[in-house]
Amino acid sequence: MTDRTVKMIVGLEVHVQLKTRTKLFCGCQTSFGDEPNSHCCPVCLGLPGVLPVMNREAYRLSVMAALALHCTVAPHTKWDRKHYYYPDLPKNYQISQYDLPLGSDGYLEIETEAGRKKIRILRAHLEEDAGKLLHAEHGDYSEVDLNRTGTPLLEIVSQPDLATVEEVRAYCMSLRQIVTYLGVSEANMQMGHMRFEPNINLHITENGEKHATPIVELKNLNSFRAVERGVAYEERRQLAEWDETHSRMKAGTKTTRGFNDSTGETFVQREKEEANDYRYFPEPDLVVVEPKPEWIDELQRGLPELPLEKKNRFVTAYGLSEYDAGVLTATIEMARYFERVAELSAAPKPAANWVTQGLTREINTRGLSIESAADFPVTAERLAELVKAVEQGTISKTIGDTVLSEMIDGKNSAAEIIAAKGLAQVSDTAALERMVDEALAANPGPVADYRAGKKQALGRLMGAIMKASGGKANPKVVSGILEQKLHQ
Amino acid sequence: MADLLELTATEMTAALERRETTSRDLVAASLARMASLDGQVHAFLSTRSEAARKEAEAIDRRRLAGEKLGPLAGLPVAIKDNLCTSDGLPTTCASRMLEKFHAPYDANVVEKIRAADGVIVGKTNLDEFAMGSSTENSAFGPTHNPWNLDLVPGGSSGGSAAAVAARMAPLALGSDTGGSIRLPASLCGVVGLKPTYGRVSRYGLVAFASSLDQIGPFGRTVADVALMLQVIAGWDGRDSTSVNRPAPDYAAAVRSASAQGLRIGLPREFFAAGLDAEVERLVREAIAVYEKAGAKLVEVSLPHFAYAVETYYIVATAECSSNLARYDGVHYGHRTAEPSDLIEMMSRSRAEGFGPEVKRRIMLGTYVLSSGYYDAYYLKALKVRQLIKGDLDRAFAQVDCLMGPTSPTAAWPLGAKTADPLAMYLSDIYTVSANLATIPAVSVPCGFTAAGLPVGLQIMGDVFTEDRLLAAAAIIERERQDWQRRPGMLAGDGKAVQT
Ligand SMILES: [Zn+2]
Repeated sequence: MTDRTVKMIVGLEVHVQLKTRTKLFCGCQTSFGDEPNSHCCPVCLGLPGVLPVMNREAYRLSVMAALALHCTVAPHTKWDRKHYYYPDLPKNYQISQYDLPLGSDGYLEIETEAGRKKIRILRAHLEEDAGKLLHAEHGDYSEVDLNRTGTPLLEIVSQPDLATVEEVRAYCMSLRQIVTYLGVSEANMQMGHMRFEPNINLHITENGEKHATPIVELKNLNSFRAVERGVAYEERRQLAEWDETHSRMKAGTKTTRGFNDSTGETFVQREKEEANDYRYFPEPDLVVVEPKPEWIDELQRGLPELPLEKKNRFVTAYGLSEYDAGVLTATIEMARYFERVAELSAAPKPAANWVTQGLTREINTRGLSIESAADFPVTAERLAELVKAVEQGTISKTIGDTVLSEMIDGKNSAAEIIAAKGLAQVSDTAALERMVDEALAANPGPVADYRAGKKQALGRLMGAIMKASGGKANPKVVSGILEQKLHQ
Repeated sequence: MADLLELTATEMTAALERRETTSRDLVAASLARMASLDGQVHAFLSTRSEAARKEAEAIDRRRLAGEKLGPLAGLPVAIKDNLCTSDGLPTTCASRMLEKFHAPYDANVVEKIRAADGVIVGKTNLDEFAMGSSTENSAFGPTHNPWNLDLVPGGSSGGSAAAVAARMAPLALGSDTGGSIRLPASLCGVVGLKPTYGRVSRYGLVAFASSLDQIGPFGRTVADVALMLQVIAGWDGRDSTSVNRPAPDYAAAVRSASAQGLRIGLPREFFAAGLDAEVERLVREAIAVYEKAGAKLVEVSLPHFAYAVETYYIVATAECSSNLARYDGVHYGHRTAEPSDLIEMMSRSRAEGFGPEVKRRIMLGTYVLSSGYYDAYYLKALKVRQLIKGDLDRAFAQVDCLMGPTSPTAAWPLGAKTADPLAMYLSDIYTVSANLATIPAVSVPCGFTAAGLPVGLQIMGDVFTEDRLLAAAAIIERERQDWQRRPGMLAGDGKAVQT
């Protein structure tokens, strides 16, 4: 074995479907899973004589994403036609952006176990999606569904700054987090709203000599898991191939491989990059886009707090742990929910504990989702009421868990449940004194132990009182009375 | 009234308003003229007779009821068959590829004609996908020049020009990518205007070269062209390149036309080798009329004029190769029989669906956009296009308009240039600059050759000066009254529709 180091180099192209009501160049509704060819018009069908008109909302959302990725927004951007013949592309060209993308030179900060790292963004541009080919069950033909044709996609291309599978995963996840924070995409993975194309090769240093393996582009991965597994597989495969063939990267070439989800392996799609000549040229049917600087500034100012910023703030402003802050900022809905509970209960830290622990547990066991208000009965207002009840000592933490569970299953508020079930803590001193007296009488052993200096016996007495009260005794008040009586 | 169809559109409107005729009669006369002469001329690829008659009668009824009618009320209108119509007529572009294609929507200009109460009587022949200068590239046979049936009408809007010249319709629409309105207007002795790029919406015009295409009107007189332009001009939200700018009153501009103080630029390069002597004489005589009427003549130079045709054919073919990529037999249009696979289906459908000139341009355009050639051809052509525009901008800083011939020659015999594409391309030598520079230009008759063939004077102006161009064109028209002269083939036919 020679002395060598292996470094993986990964760049990512990510297509993000934008959350617009209509397609990029016509008024058809964007859709998923509807009757084939039910959202089409002469424009997206590419009929003779039609002309595209840019969807301004798609452009606005793209600029927001570009700004959030710290890109420079081009003062002058244009559209280009990319030509290739395929039946799901009715015009046989795709309207995209070639040499003047709307955004360029940004970065995305990711966080892994190894710490934070800035991944440079090369460019972000808008383009239209193609349709779908469905292979007929019977017969040697295919069917074309053009519902998806013309759906706006934002393509975000990173520099080859990713060096590990963990970084790749963190990049993909934080990109998804950002676009959902911005509201520019629903980023629903099942609906194919995000598609990933990693470019991977290895830099191998052997005996002081540096080599690069041929670049492989993995096509059309549509889950985080597929990206992770695909990249990990390529890392191993390229190293094995290097050992076997010592084949090196040739400038300007790359091999296209697909990823098989069931085997977890990649396979060759195109051995040699075909002489793909897309004959890009400026789209003459669209005008150049020259955003006003004030408009860009306005969007910049209007950008919401991004995930990492929010996480930092949760740590510093609320005194949360890095871990809890991470959990609470994982999705914008979660972060919003938590902040609302924190604000209404005026108890941020307990609120964080309730959200990350009790609530998360209850949600998970019931298969609910905090992202969908319709699926989730405990509004922030209702949880805040519960947090307050515990913090003010109306009920104990343990009773609180029971109340939460009932809140999820029913329609009642915390106060209603507490009242209906008589769960409020007993803080009435006279009643508690009676309970303490009874406990002291019933437990002479621990009383003697305590008086003999075994302070831990207090716990046993407390337990007996709490048990006798059905958990409703206010533990602070009880322990005060208990200590007082024991010292008498 | 002798022959209804001898009336200009403006005169027809006046006659309709005075109740001297009806739309029903006008449309009937138009359809009768088509029936009697179009077997020889072949200006139309399809006609609407029943529907047109019904529309005409409906307009007559509305007129009787005292309703307010549109500016084209009851007038027969012919439109080039590369404009989409959803009313039952196919939109063929004179191509086998779209022989059976029925558009599910109307072009913007078609909507406007209907809204103006015009009656579309049929769709006219053209060079396939508007690619050509003679209308001989039609997959359905050439159009013949009404002034001499052995000659070409010019192209690509030859059907529209011939239809107006033969009085089959008083008004027609064409499209002009490199001269496709002006050249046939010149060769057929009618007025044809290519508006400023963006003046008229291209929505529904089957694209040939998107950055050059523009729809424009044909009429026998300048006033008629002004009437039609007024109807079709304007911004359209479906065409991003259409310009949101109010259209002036073109008819008023024509009425108040005066040559007094008009500064006319004469591009030196327009009167050089290659220009037919008889055409040159007629054009110079016309220019002398302007001078006599008080215009000031200024010789100007367009240094990059020599590159205009080459530049045009690179830009136009590049865009054409892209625009025509969609015709692959997958979604609509011609599909080959029994293909063995997808690639064969696409390539054979295209091989069978397109004619030779279209294929030549697609190949040329594909070549100039290919990696490795893009910079040398397409990019360079874009730069030269800017230089050509710069020449014209400089000229318009000095003069109000430029004048010269529309075509280097009068109409030529059918078949004379079909074997020599380069010779055919040179027919556009004076017209392509306006498209490259996006400026408006009009061709107006300025006399006849000894052989009795019409010759057109081309007047070019700065962007959005259609009103001034039409006013200038009206001056030579007033002087010469060429619009009253009839093609010989009409000699006997007029009687058939006398009322
Ligand atoms: Zn559509």
